Amino acid sequence: MAKPTDLVQGTLDLLILRTLALQPMHGWGIAQRIRQVSNEVLRVHQGALYPALHRLEQQGWIRAKWGESENNRRAKYYSLTPDGAKHLRQEQAQWKRLSSAIGLVLEMS
Amino acid sequence: MRWYYKLPLRLRSLFRKDRVELDLNDELQFHLQNQIDEYAKQGMNPQEARRAALRSLGGVEQVKEECREACEMNLIENFVRDVRLGLRMLLRNPGFTVLAIVCLTLGIGANAAVSSWVEGILIRPYPLVSHQERLVALSGTVRGERDETSWPDLLDVQRSCTLCETLFVSNITGATLSIGERAEVTTGSIVSANYFDAIGVHPILGRGFERGEDSGRNAHPVVVISYRLWQTRFKSDPEIIGKTQRFDNVVLTVIGVAPEGFYGTFVGRAMEYWVPASMQEVFYGGDKLEDRGARWCEAYVRLKPGVTHNQAQQEISAIAARLEAEYPATNRGRGIRVWPLWETPFNHAGHLLPTLEIMVVVAMFVLLIVCANVGNLLLVRSFARRHEMTVRLAMGASRGRLLRQLVTEGLLLSACGAAGGMLVAYWCRHALVLLLQVGGGDVMYLPGQIDGRVLGLSAAICLVVTLAVGLVPAFQTRHLALADTLKTEASAVMGARGRAWFRSSLVVLQVTLSFILLVGATLLMQSLRKIRTASPGFSTTRVLDTWIPLVAAGYDAPRAKTFQDELIQRIRALPGVEAAAYAHVVPLSYKSYSSTPIAVDGYQPQPNEQPTAEYNEVSPEYFATMGIPLISGREFTRADDENAPRVAIVNQTMVARYWRGQNPIGQRLQVKGNWVQVVGIATDSKYSSLRENAEPFFYVSLRQFFAIEPDIHIRTTQPLQSVQTALIREVRALDPNLALSEMMTLKEQVNRATSHELVAVTLVALFGGLALLLATIGLYGVMSCTVSQSTRELGLRMALGAGASNVLRLVLSRGLLLTTTGLIVGMALALLLTRLLGDLLYQESPRDPLAFAAAFAVMTVASVAACFLPAWRATRTDPMRALRAE
Repeated sequence: MAKPTDLVQGTLDLLILRTLALQPMHGWGIAQRIRQVSNEVLRVHQGALYPALHRLEQQGWIRAKWGESENNRRAKYYSLTPDGAKHLRQEQAQWKRLSSAIGLVLEMS
Repeated sequence: MRWYYKLPLRLRSLFRKDRVELDLNDELQFHLQNQIDEYAKQGMNPQEARRAALRSLGGVEQVKEECREACEMNLIENFVRDVRLGLRMLLRNPGFTVLAIVCLTLGIGANAAVSSWVEGILIRPYPLVSHQERLVALSGTVRGERDETSWPDLLDVQRSCTLCETLFVSNITGATLSIGERAEVTTGSIVSANYFDAIGVHPILGRGFERGEDSGRNAHPVVVISYRLWQTRFKSDPEIIGKTQRFDNVVLTVIGVAPEGFYGTFVGRAMEYWVPASMQEVFYGGDKLEDRGARWCEAYVRLKPGVTHNQAQQEISAIAARLEAEYPATNRGRGIRVWPLWETPFNHAGHLLPTLEIMVVVAMFVLLIVCANVGNLLLVRSFARRHEMTVRLAMGASRGRLLRQLVTEGLLLSACGAAGGMLVAYWCRHALVLLLQVGGGDVMYLPGQIDGRVLGLSAAICLVVTLAVGLVPAFQTRHLALADTLKTEASAVMGARGRAWFRSSLVVLQVTLSFILLVGATLLMQSLRKIRTASPGFSTTRVLDTWIPLVAAGYDAPRAKTFQDELIQRIRALPGVEAAAYAHVVPLSYKSYSSTPIAVDGYQPQPNEQPTAEYNEVSPEYFATMGIPLISGREFTRADDENAPRVAIVNQTMVARYWRGQNPIGQRLQVKGNWVQVVGIATDSKYSSLRENAEPFFYVSLRQFFAIEPDIHIRTTQPLQSVQTALIREVRALDPNLALSEMMTLKEQVNRATSHELVAVTLVALFGGLALLLATIGLYGVMSCTVSQSTRELGLRMALGAGASNVLRLVLSRGLLLTTTGLIVGMALALLLTRLLGDLLYQESPRDPLAFAAAFAVMTVASVAACFLPAWRATRTDPMRALRAE
């Protein structure tokens, strides 16, 4: 199994946090949501999703709670903590700066 | 990443592991179920859907493992696994393990013991006393020399010192305590009334002293007793407060019981009682409370927070200068000096400081040697474990993981060593007393203190040792080449450099350090021998010394004179007594001589010179008793009494300095304002210390300068025991209420005066021997390991015709090369380091060639012995078997 590069890993964290900013969600839901929202472009590698969630939880950016899913199964719901929200804002700003910088370079004529 | 998020999660993953595992499982199952549902919706049959779901997740177990890693569960689990594996490895090799742990126990124990002494004697010597880090000791000075201080001076310092939080007086004294039939000499303190408040110790029963209880001549006959005294002598009587108890000849009312574990403020003794300074006359004789010229006080000051030693000294010096100007009659040339607690000159702290300083260095050396030794042992073992390591590497263990394993093993060893070391320190906490306890009767109290700081230091040492010891073999695994080691046991070549250099340098280090310790031990031993055999200028073996507490028994001067006269007649009549005399001070004791400014007929002092000299008040026959030869003139006689003109006998140095070598007999000398006539010249002897330089000194007649409690010196051919029995009989015959104080020979007195040297010598010699042993073991280990690893080469050499002697020479020369290197480095370092012994050496150069030669010889013999056995074994190599075995 190829190890994800830092960029990919960082990006996955960002996507997860952004998704959770809308509402608490379980792992499966997060994966689905990212796929739908990105118009099926981004497919989260499912093997990487759960380790990422646990890492974020360890860092105190998200919190987990057991709940009932829409199809009545026991599911682990993750939600954003205040610290996580702060982190998300910083990361988003960072991402925007980075992508606009890349955009500038690419559109250079 | 706030801790309050992290901590519960960590704890959960540590203690609720099964729960976490279940959760993880459920979470992934939920995901799988959803995925399966989705695939089923897309039209797959259930089995296909399940397979596809598993595939898209990429292996449930892998994901789980990654999640666990994310939770850092592995860190702890791995540690537990490492500990288990480590324990198994250690148990499989009990010989190695025991040796390593014993070494570490000695190394860590030595350091813990020494640091507990430093803590308990120098840094925080007074249990229960608050803020000892701000305590300093006060002493007086007279023209730069230390002296005691007077009570009025201290009161003035207390009043005007702005940087001092509190000042209290605490003087050691003794009294005979009789309860029922049992009489016992107890040690106590005469203290200022603020004593218990100042040190923050509160009696568990009754009260401490109140303001004003330290003033008024004999006005407050009250006493606070120690917990031990209360328990043992008063049987924990709960009604003790208000009861009276006789101390010597004075009846005191018990007003308080000090808490358990409080021993007062004197390094070297545990105090049994405390009386206020107002009672000073009863215990010391002479009313000195109002007398600015009577110097008897020993005091401590607690500085305000943040005040430095220098600031305090400056302010107190300024106060002393003001007192000098205000009271020139008593305070001329006098100052007050501030001492850090560990240099306190009036108790054992100051005496033990140089010894303990050396001990800190020596214990560190021993620890280094131990680390080198255990590191070496581990190296030897890691060589044997190459296979295991290589297999683990080949199976995919990361080097970091192996490193952790090795460090964990080191931690196990050093933790066992540290535990053992703490036991050693605990057992040794009273060891200093045992060493200082030369004669009986003198109960000393010098406990090591094992507190948080000592424990912390030991833990830090343990960690450093772990890293040192654990990383040494790790350093070795760095070079592991997978293929090579798996293929065959690579065999070393005798005399080849390469991998063995690291181990060899460890051996060189050990030899170096042990050599230095041996040189130090030899120097100290020679010095002790010199100081103990040096002639102090008086006879030591046949002269006995004792005294009789007369003040305590209520004698005044006239009664004491009569008693002394009658007793000395009786003593002289005893069988075997050749001579007997009284003297105010016995040489080389803790008692200090009287000192006086002097004026000498025909001697014109320099403008800024104030000649002073110490003197002793002695009775007729003193010089005959002590065996101090008179060069000319006469001894004191019975005629030199109160009514006769005052006379003195001076020593050679005094003649040389003040009479420029001319005959002083018949000349005059002024002592404390009285002119006395010189009637004799005595040879120089040692007065206060064996190390002192010859100083002017003189003797006056005891009758003309009366001291109420002089020592009795008896020159006799009889053994001490029989003289003591006879003397007790004679004293009882004169007054049945009198007791005899401890009797000892002057030899014993000299030995006591050098007991601190004895401690230093014993400890350094002990550690030096230990170091030698460790270094020998280390050398032996390396040599036998080298031999066993080069069996093949040795076999080959022998097959090609090398004889046993060639092989012997080969191995021996390799071992001796290491030793020689170590000795050369050690010699160079020792030349630099032995100067640290400084004041502990008596008439002994720190570079004494004899000591170096002796240490060199011992080290060489030890290392030849250590190399010989492996070398001999090498000659027994069977070439055929050695070659076939590969």
